[in-house]
Amino acid sequence: MAILVDRNTRLIIQGITGNEGRFHGSQMIEYGTNVVGGCVPGKGGMTELDRPVFDTMKQAVEATQANASIVYVPASFAADAALEAIDSGVDLVVVITEGIPTLDMVKVYWAARQKGVRLLGPNCPGVISPGKAKVGIMPGHIHKEGRIGVISRSGTLTYEIVKELTTHGMGQSTCIGIGGDPVIGTSFTDALELFEADNETDAVVLIGEIGGTDEETAAQFVKDKMSKPVVGFIAGLTAPPGKRMGHAGAIISGGKGTAKEKIAALNAAGIPVAERPDQIADLVRDAI
Amino acid sequence: MKIHEYQAKAILRKYGVKTPAGEVAQTPEEAAAISKRLLDEGASLPHVVKSQVLVGGRGKAGGIKLANSPDEVREVAGRILGMDIKGEIVGEVLIEQGIDIQREIYLGIILDRSRKKPVIMASAAGGVEIEQVAADTPEKILFVAVEPWIGLADFQIREIAAFIEIPKSGAKDFAAIMRGLYKAFTESDCSLAEINPLVITGDGAVITADAKMNFDDNAVGRHPAIAALRDDAAEDPLERKARELHLNYVKLDGQIGCIVNGAGLAMGTMDIVKHFGGEPANFLDIGGGAKAEQVAEALKLIVADPKVNTIFFNIFGGIVRCDLVAEGILSAIKSLPDWNTPIVIRLSGTNEEAAREMLKGTDLISAATMSEGARKAVEISKRAA
Repeated sequence: MAILVDRNTRLIIQGITGNEGRFHGSQMIEYGTNVVGGCVPGKGGMTELDRPVFDTMKQAVEATQANASIVYVPASFAADAALEAIDSGVDLVVVITEGIPTLDMVKVYWAARQKGVRLLGPNCPGVISPGKAKVGIMPGHIHKEGRIGVISRSGTLTYEIVKELTTHGMGQSTCIGIGGDPVIGTSFTDALELFEADNETDAVVLIGEIGGTDEETAAQFVKDKMSKPVVGFIAGLTAPPGKRMGHAGAIISGGKGTAKEKIAALNAAGIPVAERPDQIADLVRDAI
Repeated sequence: MKIHEYQAKAILRKYGVKTPAGEVAQTPEEAAAISKRLLDEGASLPHVVKSQVLVGGRGKAGGIKLANSPDEVREVAGRILGMDIKGEIVGEVLIEQGIDIQREIYLGIILDRSRKKPVIMASAAGGVEIEQVAADTPEKILFVAVEPWIGLADFQIREIAAFIEIPKSGAKDFAAIMRGLYKAFTESDCSLAEINPLVITGDGAVITADAKMNFDDNAVGRHPAIAALRDDAAEDPLERKARELHLNYVKLDGQIGCIVNGAGLAMGTMDIVKHFGGEPANFLDIGGGAKAEQVAEALKLIVADPKVNTIFFNIFGGIVRCDLVAEGILSAIKSLPDWNTPIVIRLSGTNEEAAREMLKGTDLISAATMSEGARKAVEISKRAA
């Protein structure tokens, strides 16, 4: 079953004619994702990656029965592209773009909530259900079909950990990058809830980092509502306070959001936390 | 991005927020002239001389003083200008009319990331840091969430005014300040807009004594007037250079320079260096789509920090292609002829075979995994120390 994306995903790429959109579009197609078209205002009628390009998302959905979209549009236009996708009738909108103004994302978040659309990101690597569909920018070959769920705020750190799991023979049901921005569509808790209900997932790896309180909220959720084991990793133990560590959301502000607090919260909820990425596979094996 | 108090007040004034009369000076003479002008315009003494720095705690550090004449303003400004406040040298002072303070109120707006809404914080316990109030007496803070699609409603302003006991005489001024602060917050893409303290004067008026505005770095680009306010002098020179190169860099105190693609992995790399007993010199994310030239600039930036004795490259290809990274490293080393900093490199992911082929026969020390790379880097760094 996996979650969010699978063989039934019919994907529109917003920004398919840009460098990123074209490159990752071809990678997704190669992986086996059912990319049904692209959307680029002003380029309707063109063909890209052997797929039709549409001027608007509504036209794209009408012509292709798409149920998901991925946004590779530059930051100044990305919020509008996401709003258009939310309004078009798709169920899932994945926003890869980094650097979208936070107050714009507030509008996008509430628009998605109001329409009941699942928003993933922004500033995220996307989502992959190995062997079924890849909707994002992650390297497909490091993944392997299996029964471990992965949720993370980062991109490459997730690849690192996924590769560890794969090397140790632990395949993944779905790997979700929720994004490194302060305002994101899907939280750790939202993703945990989906994995808890998924009968193809046995355990979940949660990869957090400094900033905000999403990990703490997730820890409480695991304690109260989850029957499946969860294993954690938190990046940023050495991060100084008051400095933004790359991700717009990775900042210790007013002494809050430290890695130490998050590890303590996870431990208090009975979640083992790895000290290094290469210990995670062992922790997962112990937990199952 | 942060701006100075006088700049925040200038923005807030445009939104109808009342602030004391005043101007900014760079020399004691200018300061005295401003003080004299304020007197001529009818502003009473004393005047306040306030250092303009981006760090907090300037009052305690002696960066805010009263003066009872233009001559005294000159003398006080002379002492404050050039002062070192927590590593920041004072280059400007704000000269303002003093305020008759009866009560101090805290008023701030942040974007609450878990609620996904702007939240107004108000407290009658103003004049101190709100984090302190939140820790000691959280019941003294009122939190009011604003629905983004409705905006700040008048009833919310009345509720806030009631909680912090704004006198009837100041109700109209307070409403104008609250509305202006919220409008300034949303229209300028703030991450924080704060008036602390908002002062209730002896005659019941309401006025902004100190103001602070921080901006969402993702949005500064669409506000050129605000972007122009960036104070380069208050920034670490290496961090400024990195920003100009579009690299995410944060300077730390250790010896092992870390060059990583992706923010999460960059943090994880610092942590693992520390885990194996080393000290990271920096956070550096060369980002998605990092080109060869950018990698070269990153290398130069890292060795510009004299403490760095070892470099650890940790690259996991996703958006970034490993062969481009290898090309960047090799061209950077070529462009720095007297290169002698050892480099440990770990490349994994997209096009890693091509990258490894390119690096064969060089002095670079390669590692297969992140842990192995970190261990090697720590070992080399300790030997070099």
